[in-house]
Amino acid sequence: MKILVCISHVPDTTSKINFTDNDTKFDTNGVQFVINPNDEFGLTRAMWFKEKQGATVDVANVGGPETEPTLRKALAIGADGAIRVNAPATDGYAVAKQLANVVKDGGYDLVIAGRESIDYNGGMVPGMLAELIGANFVTNCISLEVDGNNAKAVREIDGGKETVSTTLPLVIGGQKGLVEESDLRIPNMRGIMMARQKPLKVMEPISANVETSSVKFEKPAPKGAVKLVSPDNLDELIALLHNEAKVI
Amino acid sequence: MSVLVYTESEKGKFKKTALEVASYAKSVADQLGTTVTAISINADNTAELGTYGVSKVLQVKDAKLDTFNAKTFASVIKQAAEKEGSKVVVLSQTADSKYLAPILAVNLDAGYASNVVEAPSSTSPFTVKRTAFTNKAFNFTSIGTDVKIVGLSNNSFGLKEHPANAAAEVFSPIIPENGVHVDSVDMASNKVSIADAEIVVSGGRGLKGPENWGMIEELANVLGAATACSKPVSDLGWRPHSEHVGQTGKPVASNLYIAVGISGAIQHLAGINASKVKVVINNDPEAPFFKAADYGVVGDAFEVVPKLTEKLKEFKAQNA
Ligand SMILES: Cc1cc2nc3c(=O)[nH]c(=O)nc-3n(C[C@H](O)[C@H](O)[C@H](O)COP(=O)(O)OP(=O)(O)OC[C@H]3O[C@@H](n4cnc5c(N)ncnc54)[C@H](O)[C@@H]3O)c2cc1C
Ligand SMILES: Nc1ncnc2c1ncn2[C@@H]1O[C@H](COP(=O)(O)O)[C@@H](O)[C@H]1O
Repeated sequence: MKILVCISHVPDTTSKINFTDNDTKFDTNGVQFVINPNDEFGLTRAMWFKEKQGATVDVANVGGPETEPTLRKALAIGADGAIRVNAPATDGYAVAKQLANVVKDGGYDLVIAGRESIDYNGGMVPGMLAELIGANFVTNCISLEVDGNNAKAVREIDGGKETVSTTLPLVIGGQKGLVEESDLRIPNMRGIMMARQKPLKVMEPISANVETSSVKFEKPAPKGAVKLVSPDNLDELIALLHNEAKVI
Repeated sequence: MSVLVYTESEKGKFKKTALEVASYAKSVADQLGTTVTAISINADNTAELGTYGVSKVLQVKDAKLDTFNAKTFASVIKQAAEKEGSKVVVLSQTADSKYLAPILAVNLDAGYASNVVEAPSSTSPFTVKRTAFTNKAFNFTSIGTDVKIVGLSNNSFGLKEHPANAAAEVFSPIIPENGVHVDSVDMASNKVSIADAEIVVSGGRGLKGPENWGMIEELANVLGAATACSKPVSDLGWRPHSEHVGQTGKPVASNLYIAVGISGAIQHLAGINASKVKVVINNDPEAPFFKAADYGVVGDAFEVVPKLTEKLKEFKAQNA
């Protein structure tokens, strides 16, 4: 089995979010970038397939040279090779078109992406990619088993979950649950050394229309101070929620 | 040319989000000087959509569509958009609509903006405001394609009445085969789901262990609320993964979010910030959650929660 794990390169979850250039650009100053958490679950599941069932695992990112440390980290965790498509990741559709080209080029049968990136939270790329390459698609995936050409997956739905069966080629949008938190791997020294020897291929982008564009950013309005209520006066809390906030 | 809105239903009844996206579609249609057509799949009371400004309903009824399937539903919606010549398609952001939207976008060659929270700030270029960086910021996105898809965040626009006469028209699209088969569906029994809930009661590690969740459930019961938890609580196996909310868990956009024994880490807050009113109950006055909350009680959850539940019961009895 040939697996491609799509990696988006996102600000660490504790990052303070600021903007520059008249609020048109994300301020990367002092921001630490990481593998998107949903992709880290996917990568870990891919390593399981590699070790238990035999598979080659490549990782891909669409982005500028600044994303290479993130790809190297994925190699240090155990991926066999990495591909960076040298184009800015501005629009989900454009990213999906670049990834579709990577998948066709490399002949992957299973593509593991994340449910969403935690930066723009588009939740777009995996579904678009699946449709562009004519693969089956399951998102919000919390379990995945592959047996030959057949796959079984569990998808989280509002208020429950659903078990589905499908076939390769397949794209999934993974999330927490795909593997246990305790299965996540921190790259060790050996992994980091080996990653330096592994191939990181840079592909030039194919031409793709940009369908959506970011105009500007805005921060939420600052919040007023919290109103404290004494634990001995919970009637007041109920009155506030009823009369002031009007939520009960 | 009319704006097309996909109005999701469950067991024949429209979901609340369906009425919200209809309200939103009406506002977009007014801006564009056109009308709203809804596409409904196996829903019964299509007239209900009229209340929210829908003037035509393409009503699909087919047993093959009883179980949701993203690719098939995307195909049905695409056929409806083409029939109506719609340039704007509005969807909600339920798990199902989020699943089908990217497939629909490729099929209609449409630009798609997800997590939209307001009516378009401009229609030329077509520009919408959406959340970004997991609710830590907003982004104005313009969509340049001929056909545009807007995914409206749940509980962001609200229900707006605009009486119209929703004329139903039977619509029989081609229903394609597809490669993903649902084997079984496992719904948490008679519980309010986090996505649909107006109120969410959430517990953190401050509750010490799974045996103490009875009081969280009771509080949720009185309020008709869904229960949720912080990430460590689900990692420890005290509560199921499906209850984990936050940046890497389920997003919450309820009217009221009550956090009990949750410190208010940035990753937790990111996922629940879209809730309108936040209440925190925590015995540490320095807990970061107090900076994010509207109302707070500094106190021991084991005393405050049962007391609050009793008082709410009295309140509900009086206001029934
Ligand atoms: C990549 C990444 C992603 C993450 N994603 C998420 C996410 O999606 N969601 C999430 O929740 N977390 C997430 N986290 C974890 C997050 O950083 C915090 O560790 C977590 O939210 C803390 O959970 P907690 O508040 O329940 O526990 P704690 O931080 O242990 O806080 C417990 C709180 O309970 C209070 N308390 C103790 N006893 C009582 C009592 N008797 N009565 C009242 N209060 C009491 C304490 O004062 C304390 O404030 C993520 C972390 C990382 C690194
Ligand atoms: N620039 C990118 N390069 C590679 N994969 C990406 C990129 N952007 C998004 N993805 C993949 O698509 C998933 C969903 O991203 P999004 O649609 O941006 O929310 C991510 O978890 C990644 O697996």
